[in-house]
Amino acid sequence: MLRRVLYIDLDKKESFVEDRYDLFEEWLGGTGVATQLLLEECPEGADPLSPRAPIIFGIGPLTALFPAMTKTVAAFKSPLNGELGESYAGGRLAMAMRFAGHEGLVIRGAAESPCYISIRDDEVKIKDATSIWGVPATVVGYILRDVEAGVGRRSIIRIGPGGERLVRYAGVVVDTYRHFGRLGLGAVFGSKNLKAIVVSGTEDVELPNSKRYRDIYNQLFKTVVQTDAMEKYHDIGTPINVNVLNQMKGLPTRNFQDSSFEAAERISGENLADNYLFRRVSCAHCPIGCIHIGMLKTSFSRHHEFEIRKISYDYELIYALGSNLGVTTPEGMLELIEACERQGLDAISTGVVLAWATEALDRGIITEEETLGVPLKWDGVEGYLEAIERIVKAPNDFYSTLARGVVAASDRYGGKDFAMALGGNEVAGYHTGPAFIFGLAVGVRHSHLDNAGYSIDQAAAKKPLTPEEMVDAIIAEDDARGVYNSLIGCLFARGVYTPDRIVEALGSVGIEKTKDDLQILGRKIFDEKYRFKLREGFDLSKSRIPRRFYETASTVGIVDPETIETMMEIYRERRGWG
Amino acid sequence: MAGSDERKKRRRRLKVAHPERCIGCLSCMFACSRINTGRASLDRSAIRVKTQGGLEGDFAVVICRACKDPPCVRACPRGALEKRENGRVVFKRELCDGCGACAEACLIRAISIDAEGKAIKCKHCGACVAFCPHGVLEMEEVEE
Repeated sequence: MLRRVLYIDLDKKESFVEDRYDLFEEWLGGTGVATQLLLEECPEGADPLSPRAPIIFGIGPLTALFPAMTKTVAAFKSPLNGELGESYAGGRLAMAMRFAGHEGLVIRGAAESPCYISIRDDEVKIKDATSIWGVPATVVGYILRDVEAGVGRRSIIRIGPGGERLVRYAGVVVDTYRHFGRLGLGAVFGSKNLKAIVVSGTEDVELPNSKRYRDIYNQLFKTVVQTDAMEKYHDIGTPINVNVLNQMKGLPTRNFQDSSFEAAERISGENLADNYLFRRVSCAHCPIGCIHIGMLKTSFSRHHEFEIRKISYDYELIYALGSNLGVTTPEGMLELIEACERQGLDAISTGVVLAWATEALDRGIITEEETLGVPLKWDGVEGYLEAIERIVKAPNDFYSTLARGVVAASDRYGGKDFAMALGGNEVAGYHTGPAFIFGLAVGVRHSHLDNAGYSIDQAAAKKPLTPEEMVDAIIAEDDARGVYNSLIGCLFARGVYTPDRIVEALGSVGIEKTKDDLQILGRKIFDEKYRFKLREGFDLSKSRIPRRFYETASTVGIVDPETIETMMEIYRERRGWG
Repeated sequence: MAGSDERKKRRRRLKVAHPERCIGCLSCMFACSRINTGRASLDRSAIRVKTQGGLEGDFAVVICRACKDPPCVRACPRGALEKRENGRVVFKRELCDGCGACAEACLIRAISIDAEGKAIKCKHCGACVAFCPHGVLEMEEVEE
């Protein structure tokens, strides 16, 4: 197996490869290794947007070898919340890194002027990008495709104007339809004058025991494509959750003022699939094909002339730029998604920031003087499109504050009770109950995917769970995902990769581990992430939980703040934090 | 023994039955290299899924058409590609010196040269068909 980390220094314009057996032996790969590289590379207290702050990418031992092992992890110091920045993307990047022969990538320093990095096997070139600075993230792909090698097996990751202008929740677009969305990696790219990275390679991977590999491969492939374990992601895709959550009163609507939306059916996965979906595509080496592309066809003259836009949609985007902004039409919602794609902004954070601003304007906390006359109102798609552009251009103090996230905005203008962030990260699309809220507060990156509290709440809606049971479930998920994110698998396939199958898949590529080994590793990885968080000033006891969570009825009814406090006490005890 | 004569005459070949259904997952390419070379590789696959204009564009699935009068066989100066009586083309790896004449002769670029300098020629074994999740690929019998 490969154990190579490629280091690129933008200050010195040089690169070198180092074998890091030490890290991979102990930490497996993926997020396990990336966390260690971050601890090594990022000086304590570094400004996340300074040249001292590094960018780390990692893949894992199963990358490109098994179906749905498609993710790359990015580790960095987040410019949004000032602590652990971690984000995952699919597409073709993980495969491209595997075949380029690098399991890890470290970017140090900052370029003097706009650049992009071209990586082809061991050849690394830092190239001028002045002519594409300012170009939308969507268009950068077309341009670099024509000048770079590796068609069909490469990956092109890039930022849009949002990242260039350091919007704290700008993301990095991966191969047009996937993203390192959360926690502001795009701004870190921008701060380094780094517009894009192109990766391709021609290495391949020899398996130590090809019979054993094929056997477990076949079992996993069959499970992924033939059982209903993945049905949700094949057919309607993640947007199936729109109707599901709406019916169980867990769909955040108009900045969490409601938990069901009267127009949910119109922006539902079913309606989108029936009337807008025109294509599904896949990440490299994943037979699921969950990437749903909708076609937005807009007439621009009376003579049957149309603009056609192809927009990838998922549940979280529909929540953030649909129900949570009261947007009632698929067209309006798709236009807002596209605006985020062009600017290279995280859709969840953008939606939550706009929802806060809409409510703040409604309540008179801010006025149209701040918004520069932009009418922010529920379902006001035109206004939202204008606001997105202004968040990036930052023409006044108000918009430059919005560009720093909803916590910064509410610190400056008020309205903290309805500034929907936890751990400084704008929240994902669930108002299912205490496990979701608590899971986001304690999760390593304050993401719904840290421990899937929403799913624990949904179980609790059927059969009530005690605070102890919820905390135990969250801890189990937190730790197990540390391992899964070291392989690195797509979380959609987590049900397929049972502990036994993970052990067998690792064994077939020459890594012998027991289930116990992996469980211990998961706990250690969690602790290491917390080590970084604490080092950078994260304090769980100062968790800021917006009151709105306690005011709007959730899937399991009104959430009592005391439940969260009780869970917090149990959690500290279980984690051995006294 | 009419049956076996029948079988002799008919050879099977890979067919891209529904190219529009491709989702670009590359499972077929990984199946080909895994099963035929014991490696996880895109470069060693005899079937290729190409992007045309990135993931926004359509996928093109490039396969050997099992030609009746194969230009690759005619081009090979070393007899490494041999057409059998039943129409099958057999690749003799030990005779190949990687000159690339076969790859050049194939207009659809269904042959390439691997890292060891040997041709990668589709055997029409059908391994890829079993791993296509969308029914893009099929095996068909060739009428001679």
